[in-house]
Amino acid sequence: MNKNKEKLLNSRYRTEKRFQFYGKSAIFLALLFLTIFIFKIFSTGYTAFQKTWLIVPVTFDAETMYLDENPSKEDLEDADYFDLALQTMFDLDKSASEKQQNDLKKMVSYFFEREIKRELLNDPSLIGKTKDVYLTASDDLDQVFKGNYPRDLPEDQRRVTDYQLKIFDQLVEQGRVESKFNLSFFTYPDSREAELAGIASSFMGSIFSILVCLVIAFPVAVLAAIYLEEFAPKNRFTDFIEVNINNLAAVPSIVFGLLGLGILLAVFQLPRSTPLVGGITLSLMTLPTIIIACRASLKAVPPSIREAALAMGASRMQTTMHHTVPLSMPGTLSGTIIGLAQALGETAPLILIGMVAFVNTIPGSPLDPAASLPVQIYIWAESAERGFVEKVSACIMVLLGFLILMNLFAQIIRHKFEKKWS
Amino acid sequence: MNLILFIFIVLLGFTSYYFGRKKAYTIQSTNKRLTALPQFYGYYLAIWCAIPAFIIYSLWAIFEPTIVKLLILSDYANQGYLDDELNLIYEKTKALSRGQFTGEVTSFIQTSSEKYLNLRSIAQSSKVVIVLCIIIASVAYAYKRISSNNRTREPVEKFFKAVLFTASLAAILTTVGIVFSLIFQTVDFFKVIPLFDFVFGTHWYPAKAFVRDSSEALDPSMYSDTFGAVPIFAGTFFIAFIAMCVAIPIGLMSGIYLAEYASYKVRQYAKPLIEILAGIPTVVYGFFAALTVGPFLKDIGTAMGLEVSAESALAAGGVMGIMIIPFISSLSDDVITSVPQSLRDGSYAMGATKSETIKKVIFPAALPGIVGSILLGVSRAIGETMIVVMASGLAANLTLNPLESTSTITAQIVVILIGDQAFGDPKTQAAFALGMTLFLVTLSLNIFALRVVKKYREKYE
Repeated sequence: MNKNKEKLLNSRYRTEKRFQFYGKSAIFLALLFLTIFIFKIFSTGYTAFQKTWLIVPVTFDAETMYLDENPSKEDLEDADYFDLALQTMFDLDKSASEKQQNDLKKMVSYFFEREIKRELLNDPSLIGKTKDVYLTASDDLDQVFKGNYPRDLPEDQRRVTDYQLKIFDQLVEQGRVESKFNLSFFTYPDSREAELAGIASSFMGSIFSILVCLVIAFPVAVLAAIYLEEFAPKNRFTDFIEVNINNLAAVPSIVFGLLGLGILLAVFQLPRSTPLVGGITLSLMTLPTIIIACRASLKAVPPSIREAALAMGASRMQTTMHHTVPLSMPGTLSGTIIGLAQALGETAPLILIGMVAFVNTIPGSPLDPAASLPVQIYIWAESAERGFVEKVSACIMVLLGFLILMNLFAQIIRHKFEKKWS
Repeated sequence: MNLILFIFIVLLGFTSYYFGRKKAYTIQSTNKRLTALPQFYGYYLAIWCAIPAFIIYSLWAIFEPTIVKLLILSDYANQGYLDDELNLIYEKTKALSRGQFTGEVTSFIQTSSEKYLNLRSIAQSSKVVIVLCIIIASVAYAYKRISSNNRTREPVEKFFKAVLFTASLAAILTTVGIVFSLIFQTVDFFKVIPLFDFVFGTHWYPAKAFVRDSSEALDPSMYSDTFGAVPIFAGTFFIAFIAMCVAIPIGLMSGIYLAEYASYKVRQYAKPLIEILAGIPTVVYGFFAALTVGPFLKDIGTAMGLEVSAESALAAGGVMGIMIIPFISSLSDDVITSVPQSLRDGSYAMGATKSETIKKVIFPAALPGIVGSILLGVSRAIGETMIVVMASGLAANLTLNPLESTSTITAQIVVILIGDQAFGDPKTQAAFALGMTLFLVTLSLNIFALRVVKKYREKYE
């Protein structure tokens, strides 16, 4: 009898242990996903911050550029650099056939002409002399140099020809291939060529959208929250507003995209693909988040503050504006930043209002067509070229970096400025 | 010009604030008692200065184009033009006066364009004059009314309260906007495609609905077997189901562990770390699913001799599940923590172990709240877009094989609306009809879930 009891007890303890183990492994799994995720993004993305350059000797021959003697600054500005640039590449292998010459040309980006031009404009005395110039390598060679490209594939299955690899290896041996920090990733707009694509255009698009979103959503949300928390009478209409806010917070983001498309673009005829429309759409989405955060922090202000102000003869409006609202600001601000961080990561509504258009200029105002960082991730992720994979990961790193910064900032505001009432 | 006027009104508003306050100080200095603090007199004057001016200003902005158009087109009245032709004439006139007109300039359009410019300049100058007159009149009226026995605080506060109230209508306006943007297109869609075909049809090929001209566009026979939404509905619920298969066990177990077992330290670190998963943008999950999980599943499948599509429902659903874990774990953690301690104590006193208490006492007590959190998770999964667009393909297959690709409501909306859209085309309208379905489904799920959670909270608070 006693033995049976002990057996039962042991099995119960075992069940207890097992249950605890399930709980631990659930947390472990969730954290494991997070780790794999971050590791994967970083391991594919960090190489994008390096860019491969070919160092090629350029002979600035006045004749190839069709320049007279003693050219003026304007002459240099207008000169034809294409032949010079082509010649430079062909000189890498003087015995190249026509097809091989074409391969040689494709070893660098199509900016090679511009890069040579910039060199000469910086130092016009170079005419007639030879100088080593840094040229952006094509993205295939860039990937080869970073070791992301399998070289042992048969030639017809890869984009780099054997001939290009041969010349490239020669250059590597001569120390004419260099890897440097990829500044153009941050300063160039989007491009169809992976080696020239940068995040400047989408970054500015994101900044403008978020600013528009902040300017619209913050005041409206704070005023609405003040009304609902401090002034609204308890009646059915107020309840209706509250139900609306709670439901809006859970409406899928793509529905807001349809709203932007059906109302902002079709009815109000606002310009397509612009951060203005994107920002308005996002502001409608963040509105409930900020209202809820602001109401929570208004609610956290103890009633004694209000009672004290009222007892001193302040009106309801004065009590609210002079005492309750300033005290609730830290919570409201951190809620706003978290809402903006959500808006910054939003993709689907922006796609619907046309912010996926290919934009190769950096927008200067919210009325210029632009993409945004998450949309840029989507655009690049859909591209087939291998060079874009690391760009996507790098873009994700930039985006996540911003989200972390914003969330940290929200935490700091909350912890530094929020009063603890006890 | 408009911007200058706008800034001017704002500046005048600020100046009148100072004048109002100054007058109040002067009254105060004559030893008369004021009925409100001096700044209220400032606000009073500023509101009287700016608000009537802004009202006139915005009414003008709304009605000016219509009136100018009426005046221009009155020249063409009784000449037998159709409405469309009149509109075209007006557009041409506007383009010519802006200097953007390309094409043959007729003398008619030349004269109306001159008239247009003329009218516009008259309108501009009269707007400035009228706005200024209004400002002067209303400021003068309000300035005269400032005196020691006139109340200013009440009207000013009433005005502020009205502003606050208007702001709180924004939420309702957004909901109304959503419904309006969806409903017209949806109704137009169902005029062409019968509701029955949409809800019960099993073939979804919107690309087939390519019409060359508008006479074809309204012919229902063009769209037979094109807009049957069953495959997408099935795909949506299937992917959501896979996601919940991942999210419910992991989310629920970690919620329980965090609430009941974890020490303060573990809780302090593990909870925010898990919640990071909810803060990662969905496009990033989509990329992860398409780049890593999809090919990984494909490799495993090939090794086991299975045919796995690189863009499978399993990859999209699985990654979506990871995204939803924190929603479920946080909410169920909250719910379990709010179960009263007396229930636990009672169970322990009867000799139950901790896990028995959780399973037999706390879990049933917290069940409504947990169900609510799961429903919110489901609504998240149904509304999720980017993961599916990037990881699960875009062809609407009617399948229950998780290794094949399927499509969802959200993904189809993106597929249809990406790029240029022509309003009035059944394909575009189909996207709005899908959006309407999505809105209604998630709305009812949310209302239901929030009600369940609220009821549960009331029970223990």
